[in-house]
Amino acid sequence: MSAETIQSRREWLLSDRPASRLQARLGRAYVAWRRFSANRLALVGMLIIIALVAVAALADVLAPYSPTVGDLKNARLLAPSAAHWFGTDDLGRDIYSRIVYGARWTLYVVILVAIIAAPIGLLVGTVAGYAGGWTDTILMRVTDIFLAFPKLVLALAFVAALGPGIENAVLAIAITSWPPYARIARAETLTVRNSDYIKAVQLMGASPFRIVLRHIMPLCISSLIIRVTLDMAGIILTAAGLGFLGLGAQPPLPEWGAMIASGRRFILDQWWVAAAPGAAILIVSLGFNLLGDGLRDALDPRSGDQ
Amino acid sequence: MTAAIAIQGLEVVFDRFRALKGVSLEVREGESYGLVGESGSGKSTLLKAITGLAPVASGTITVNGKTLGRTRDKAFYREVQMVFQDPYGSLHPRQTVDRLLQEPLAIHGISDGEKRIGRALDEVGLGKGFRFRYAHQLSGGQRQRVAIARALILEPSILLLDEPTSALDASVQAEVLNLLEEVRRRRKLTFLMVSHDLAIITHMCERLMVMQNGEAVETLTASQLIGHRVSEDYTRNLLRASEGFVRTA
Amino acid sequence: MSDTLLEVDDLRVTFPTRTGLVQAVRGVSFSLGRERLGIVGESGSGKSQTGRAIMGLTPPQAEVSAKKLAFDGIDLLSISPRQRRSLRGNRIAMILQDPKYSLDPVMTIGRQIVETLRTHEKVSKAEARERALAMLQAVQIRDPARVFDLYPHEVSGGMGQRAMIAMMLVTGPELMIADEPTSALDVTVQLDVLKILDKLVAERGMGLIFISHDLRLVSSFCDRVVVMYAGKVVEQIKASELRDAQHPYTRGLLNCMPRIGFERHPLPVLDRKPEWAA
Repeated sequence: MSAETIQSRREWLLSDRPASRLQARLGRAYVAWRRFSANRLALVGMLIIIALVAVAALADVLAPYSPTVGDLKNARLLAPSAAHWFGTDDLGRDIYSRIVYGARWTLYVVILVAIIAAPIGLLVGTVAGYAGGWTDTILMRVTDIFLAFPKLVLALAFVAALGPGIENAVLAIAITSWPPYARIARAETLTVRNSDYIKAVQLMGASPFRIVLRHIMPLCISSLIIRVTLDMAGIILTAAGLGFLGLGAQPPLPEWGAMIASGRRFILDQWWVAAAPGAAILIVSLGFNLLGDGLRDALDPRSGDQ
Repeated sequence: MTAAIAIQGLEVVFDRFRALKGVSLEVREGESYGLVGESGSGKSTLLKAITGLAPVASGTITVNGKTLGRTRDKAFYREVQMVFQDPYGSLHPRQTVDRLLQEPLAIHGISDGEKRIGRALDEVGLGKGFRFRYAHQLSGGQRQRVAIARALILEPSILLLDEPTSALDASVQAEVLNLLEEVRRRRKLTFLMVSHDLAIITHMCERLMVMQNGEAVETLTASQLIGHRVSEDYTRNLLRASEGFVRTA
Repeated sequence: MSDTLLEVDDLRVTFPTRTGLVQAVRGVSFSLGRERLGIVGESGSGKSQTGRAIMGLTPPQAEVSAKKLAFDGIDLLSISPRQRRSLRGNRIAMILQDPKYSLDPVMTIGRQIVETLRTHEKVSKAEARERALAMLQAVQIRDPARVFDLYPHEVSGGMGQRAMIAMMLVTGPELMIADEPTSALDVTVQLDVLKILDKLVAERGMGLIFISHDLRLVSSFCDRVVVMYAGKVVEQIKASELRDAQHPYTRGLLNCMPRIGFERHPLPVLDRKPEWAA
């Protein structure tokens, strides 16, 4: 592609007078991308997350050994080497392979939590904010009750009630993480519900349901995406914490938190058993945080309308 | 039956504050009627009460022969539409002009959308080139044109105008006022227009009501006002003020 | 009347933006004696940025340059920020459109006036209070002692704007810049405020720059009018001779407003020519 065609494509994207719906949408996305990519650290964060997704998708190819079956006879607690990059654990399993497969579980947890918690928070917050009155009071008091407990303690209580396991850990984390989203969505809703453009839609005879769904929610989504992304690190850590306490993923699942828990026993002599999954959690958490910061700049709802 | 809007003893109360204290007026079909007053006179509240955005404490509002209750149905919004004061606040920041104009059609299940959007844009002098722009890609005058197109797309018979030009530059104001007059003539619309500016009201309206502190001061025709045949001191003050500053020395 | 208070020659204000440099003010020149000068233009004409540049309130990322920008012989662009600050509020004052944003919401009106006075002059508290009350009286606030102890949100828009004028005038400035001082007010209140401003300017022999979008109001209030378009001065004219304005922009601006008793349907609109901005 020559420099000229790139130049003309950029002009097409940045045009002040888009000729089609598609061009308008792409143009908007491109402006957001320019703002996002101006932030180097955000790009690093995005690369980390892309790498995480790639590792999870290609785990079968990338992992040289089975993540669950080890060589108990010959390969227990070996130090990192060419054969076992991150060493092996007490059951003779290759830690590198377990980390690679663990990426799947990490993604599984964060994605499930995000798609359960964010919509609940969005719905509760926008409905409370738009309806006001009793609906608002009841919904927000429920939210307050959830917020009154420390997240991990509440999640612990839920897992204890539901029984240990990674699915229940996901549910427990989701149930405990929606209230802040509801708060954000409600605050955003309150700032826009009295604006003229919402009144204009009311004056077209739109139902409250339609107004919330099609006019208010889109305005709340960007701040929610930012917040969820920034919370991802916390979700991973909570999942790891539950795994560490034995209430999340059950052996022999290669979940990073559970791996640290099992490595704890040898932490002084065979440090790599706990250090490798610890480093993985650290890097991925960092990645999500950097990405979230970048998104905050790119998606700021107020900068779109200058 | 010639009254497009008839209002009898309208009271609006916000948390014990009486914004309107028993106002009555009648706007004939096809007429352009003005409400003039300063801030706190209740002129905008009156428009809000008609559209159902302000709490009516007592009194009746009749639109095209139908007395309105507490809620407005969809049919009402096909008869009555409104243009807001602030062109920067009345367009959704995340929607293209196309989406803004499509919304009323979708709500009312109107199928010939493509045609109507094209026609509406032409009618307000914007043309197809503006169809896929976002609000932030438009100037104040262009935004107000989009707002007028949105109000017209349901083909209402009554247009409520809440200071439609007070946020615009004088030259743009002239263009928008001309557009409104032209649209009214072509579509035989009834206007109920609110403004603080006597000159704009006399330019646009045949009859007008001067308001102060939630009450009607007097009702005049435009020619009475032009001839300074007013009976209330308040109106006289407004008239004097609209002529600019006069040095008393 | 002959002494020149302010001289502006080739004033330029440049803002850096994502797409390059944008000149908001592009070579504005005028001079001001002890008179009332109106600067008129539509949004984006650079009228407010001109006022801000004289006042030294241009945003820090923007750049101000001029062949000459002198107040009473002092070169405003070469003095230190500190000297500039002491000039501002003491000898040059500014009134902004909305008193809500320019008055400190957590300080009573009286205290704000007293503080302004005491930062610029060495006066005792009692004397400052005395002068503040006298100033409130001068802007025709009926009960100065009561308003003295009120917070800005407790007074009406007109009252707030009068308090603002009182605060700005208490130090006895020689030049006053008023940026749309009455646009947020009701028409009747607007005239009261203008009357006060007019009287004070005349009594104290101040120079006044009155920035507004309303050509008719400005021409009825000022001695001379500078018309700006796209960052440039397109015409300077005596207010009394406005009817004979030469530039099509000035004439268009005068014509396009509806007037009581002059039926014109449709209203004449402004046909903007690209060469006006050139």
